[in-house]
Amino acid sequence: MSANVERAVNAFKEQIDASTAAFFSSCVHCGLCAEACLFYLETGDPKYTPIHKLEPLRRVWWSSYTLFGRLASLIGLAPKVTDDLLKDWKELVYDSCSMCGRCSMVCPVGNDITGMIRKEREGMIAAGHAPDGLKGASSRAIKIGSPMGVTLKAVKAQIGHLEADTGMTIPVNVEGAEYLVLMSSMEIMNYPEYLEAIARIFEAAGASWTIASDAFEATNSGIQIGASDIARELVMRIVAAAERLKVKTVISPECGHAYTALRWEGPNLIGRPFPFKARHILEVLDEFRADGRLQTEGFEEDRLTFHDPCQIVRRGGVIDEPRRLIDMVAKDFVEMDDNGRYNWCCGAGGGVSAIEEAHDLKLTAFLKKKKQLDAVKPEKLMTACANCRIQLEEGMEETGMDIPVIGLTETLAEHLKTPETAKG
Amino acid sequence: MTAVDFLAFTRGPLFDVALIIFIAGLAIRFVEILVLGRRRDFSEPRRGGFGSGLRTMFSRTLPETGTMKRAPTTVVAGWVFHIGFLVTLLLFVPHIEMFQAVLGFGWPGLPTPIIDFAGILAMVAMVVVLINRLRNPVMRFLSGFGDYLPWLLTFLPLITGWLVFHRLLLPYPAMLGLHILSVELLMILFPFTKLMHTFTAFLARYYTGAAFGRKGVQS
Repeated sequence: MSANVERAVNAFKEQIDASTAAFFSSCVHCGLCAEACLFYLETGDPKYTPIHKLEPLRRVWWSSYTLFGRLASLIGLAPKVTDDLLKDWKELVYDSCSMCGRCSMVCPVGNDITGMIRKEREGMIAAGHAPDGLKGASSRAIKIGSPMGVTLKAVKAQIGHLEADTGMTIPVNVEGAEYLVLMSSMEIMNYPEYLEAIARIFEAAGASWTIASDAFEATNSGIQIGASDIARELVMRIVAAAERLKVKTVISPECGHAYTALRWEGPNLIGRPFPFKARHILEVLDEFRADGRLQTEGFEEDRLTFHDPCQIVRRGGVIDEPRRLIDMVAKDFVEMDDNGRYNWCCGAGGGVSAIEEAHDLKLTAFLKKKKQLDAVKPEKLMTACANCRIQLEEGMEETGMDIPVIGLTETLAEHLKTPETAKG
Repeated sequence: MTAVDFLAFTRGPLFDVALIIFIAGLAIRFVEILVLGRRRDFSEPRRGGFGSGLRTMFSRTLPETGTMKRAPTTVVAGWVFHIGFLVTLLLFVPHIEMFQAVLGFGWPGLPTPIIDFAGILAMVAMVVVLINRLRNPVMRFLSGFGDYLPWLLTFLPLITGWLVFHRLLLPYPAMLGLHILSVELLMILFPFTKLMHTFTAFLARYYTGAAFGRKGVQS
């Protein structure tokens, strides 16, 4: 066994637990996971069947943790994990899986296939078989502090523009603030309206907040590439800043996987519960709404639909919050056919957007969303994830569609009722 | 060996051996799954996972509507087979007598014409399932010996049982002996094939239901 393969096998073994064993024991190859996967449905290629993407992990489970598998490997009959196998599976494990979790929702025997893909990626990167795009993003995240290479200087420049334009002060490193606000690189680079929206909404709500100069980035390439050590380091930066500034709540931005990374994986990566709450921005805004601290006026007149970011909704549990918030500002809101926990991915989550080789495939996968959109014909498409947003915009441009994509948070800010009382 | 000797052998010593392998095999498989354990989850749950896990153990029996639309053959044939098979296995009076002998308790059965019908349904569904597996590009791509063997192991008891019931092909003692032999083959190989999903699927559903449930997602 080569050193590469040995590292992969050890990482797989580290990941395999009772649930993995129950899942592999239960699969009867019914093929229904393929019918839930946009990469299979839009290409028609059976190799994209979700459970098939797990063959390397399955081999290690069978040959190491089952009686027959162990006997078979003793006499050399068990199918082996080889470097070539891992190389061949790279496209299946990364390019063609956005970890959207739809297969995990429909598997009749209840297998969390997506959860196993997450585990499998640990072995793939351990053997070096991860896409260069994700390796680059992870290395920039560790060295520079952001997968897109966004520096504190860029954040400060954005803050400077914002303060000059609006006359508001953007709090940085304020100890004792209630909320620590994080951003995604995409928001810093492409969607500065997010930070402005936060500033205006939080001021109106009378909520104290801050940005941390050493932990402004919410995204986590570590969980996309499947490297727990990188993921841990990135989460730890946020935890350290939150503990230093003594905030009560850390807010994950309009980004899908950043929420999973912080909210669900974060405490497990660092091996202890957080001493603060981790919330998605939509959860916080919905709390403001419930407390009467978020008040809006006027409505979007356009026919509007909402694209559910998988990691926030199906993998995150923030399902009703966006709908309650949309109702505040939309008169003509239509749901797409499969929505909420059964939504279809934009096609570029789970790191796919960072993989150059996956460019054509992710646009093919987008066709699923296009069909959904064609069915409801919205005039505006709303979402709550900067990564989904880029993919939706690119996909629509490629396919000649012309529907503006807007963020939920910024739309709420546009309809913010002028506060009657001064900031508390 | 006469047909009667053969029947006595399958009913007696061979059945005991099959039963021991079946039970020991199940125990081994469950132990090798459960000893792997699961790591503690430090994330703050939105709600408890236990109830959601229990719910998913049953809710996954019904397909999501889109799945039903995209793969009706797989869903419907699968359903008909499972129901037909379970009715035949669990509600046929001679089978209940066998369970009574092994378990020490029994339950009421159904009239034989209903069992006959359920058995035929199960077999027809199994043929559809097999054709579907051979024709559907995804299933054909995924399938190998490990998928076709369990099919055969399941089909043999159904067809031999039906032949015994209708006194067809072979004299009664020989056919019944073959039927019991096919069941013993099924029992012996059950723990080491995909037939294990009969039990592990509930465990898998629980794990996933609980994991999604603590995130606040009913799966």
